Amino acid sequence: MTALIIRRLLQAIPVLFIVVTLTFVLVRVAPGNPFSTEKKMPKEIMEELEKQYDLNGPIHHQYEQYLWKIVHGDLSISTQYRNRTVNEIIAQTLPVSMTLGSLAYFLALLLGITGGAWAAVRHNQFGDRGIMLVALLGISIPTFVSAPLLVLLFALKLNILPAYGWGSVDQILLPAFCLSLPFAAAIARLTRGSLLEVLKLDFVRTARAKGLPENDVLFRHALKVAILPIIGYSGPAAAGILTGSIVIETLFGIPGIGPFFVNSALNFDPFMTSGVVLVFSAFLIFFNLIADILHFVVDRRVKME
Amino acid sequence: MNALHSFYLVVRRDPFLIVCAFFLLIVVLLACVGIHFTGYTYDQISDASLLKPSRHHLFGTDLNGHDLLTRVLKGAQLSLGVAAVGTIVSLTVGVTYGMVSGYAGGRIDNLMMRVVEIIYSLPTLVLVIVLVATLDGPAATLFHRLGITSIPPRLFLIVVFLGLTEWLTMARIIRGQVLVLKEQAFIQATSALGGSHLRILMQHIFPNLTGIIVVYLTLTVPAIMLDESFMSFLGVGVPAPLASWGTLVADAAALINPIKSYWWMLIFPAGFMTLTLLALNFLGDGLRDALDPRVRK
Repeated sequence: MTALIIRRLLQAIPVLFIVVTLTFVLVRVAPGNPFSTEKKMPKEIMEELEKQYDLNGPIHHQYEQYLWKIVHGDLSISTQYRNRTVNEIIAQTLPVSMTLGSLAYFLALLLGITGGAWAAVRHNQFGDRGIMLVALLGISIPTFVSAPLLVLLFALKLNILPAYGWGSVDQILLPAFCLSLPFAAAIARLTRGSLLEVLKLDFVRTARAKGLPENDVLFRHALKVAILPIIGYSGPAAAGILTGSIVIETLFGIPGIGPFFVNSALNFDPFMTSGVVLVFSAFLIFFNLIADILHFVVDRRVKME
Repeated sequence: MNALHSFYLVVRRDPFLIVCAFFLLIVVLLACVGIHFTGYTYDQISDASLLKPSRHHLFGTDLNGHDLLTRVLKGAQLSLGVAAVGTIVSLTVGVTYGMVSGYAGGRIDNLMMRVVEIIYSLPTLVLVIVLVATLDGPAATLFHRLGITSIPPRLFLIVVFLGLTEWLTMARIIRGQVLVLKEQAFIQATSALGGSHLRILMQHIFPNLTGIIVVYLTLTVPAIMLDESFMSFLGVGVPAPLASWGTLVADAAALINPIKSYWWMLIFPAGFMTLTLLALNFLGDGLRDALDPRVRK
């Protein structure tokens, strides 16, 4: 087990290396210049700027310098947001995105598992059909459609939640809920399908036969097993929430990492773009590893290879 | 299993699927044919800015005085087109990869599935944003040199890269099927009769995969559509004055304010998009329940 974790962590290094290399080289090879402005800039100033940011000379040289900095934990200085280091921007914005993301994740689990279990117990009855229809809607409606609609309803018509901003508890509710919707829907579908399978198994029949109340059968025995596929889904869900939060942050004016990333990619900021891609990839690889370990710990049938 | 017969089986299970298929057909017809009868073109600007839906403009107009109905139909064209072509790309890659991996087995299979797992754990959409943003310029130059004007370079990049990210699930499922299929007697018989690997794969294994391919095809289309609209929404998608459902919703979201509501800007594109995605997902789910042997019990 420990050997496996170490091997997976070591494996992450070449993957991250490839991702950063690809991003940096792409951004530098692209014809766009990170320093270009509306006005034509004298050649000397441009060269001086490039020199300041270690972006002069041949690409492999620039890349070596950048890589050297990364190895020392320095993600260099943003060319788009001048005078701010990428480390500083990430340190300020990532906690915001993480708060939003983890709250959405928690909401998705809560709503999804509750809804899915509720539907499974009422298999093929009205309640089941209803929940599954809502779940299908949740999967089909993109967050950038549900978000403006909910803003229109809760913020502008009912006037009970703020439409914009970040900092207070009521400001986080609407964005986190919007972000969680598609994943809550997917988890509900997974939970329902898995619970329906589990409820057919022998140990559930035994539990019922020995006279356990149906609630105990469900919560103490069946749900414990039925929840396994959701651990398997946690990796893709984390990736989805991560990309989804880019849209939500843009829509709700939340000072997270998403808008910075899109802006820097569109403006050919090599350091900011590569830095964010690196952080995102590292986070997801780490998250997937944790999910795998959790899966192993919970379900002893899983072999860790 | 022949396609017509399987469709009959599916529909018998769930007649509502006919409604979904019919709805999709209508959207496609409107997008391809109906768009020429709206009386406007999608890039026709006028002074009639932000008009409510009326007899002249059934869906109203947007900020630049475009006829919204025409824009929504243009969006249907692009969103569905991108999704369809992207799905073909993802299908080709996914099916080939899955078949080779499953058929080869052993170390090659291990390695290939490990690669899939690694790509699974990467933020692929974020990488696609980087790829499209950076390769936009070079692609434009290339297209200009080759004299291609029929398709905007950025659209081409989006289609290809989205197709190249959404093949993972397909590859996994195909591989699983091939693992089972290749152990069956008829495959071993072909092999004993001296059939080449290529022949076995194409003539004997592939035909047995069509059912499952159709199912995941139907589920890949909405996935790519969502990705495309997501990118268009962020401004990395289809370039103006073209429209996709993503850009139309983005236009509407930018105008949301507490003082005046331009509901038609949001409701029409969002409604069309949601209903289409819903119909596609319904159809995919229904097909899977009916055709996927692992779900059918």
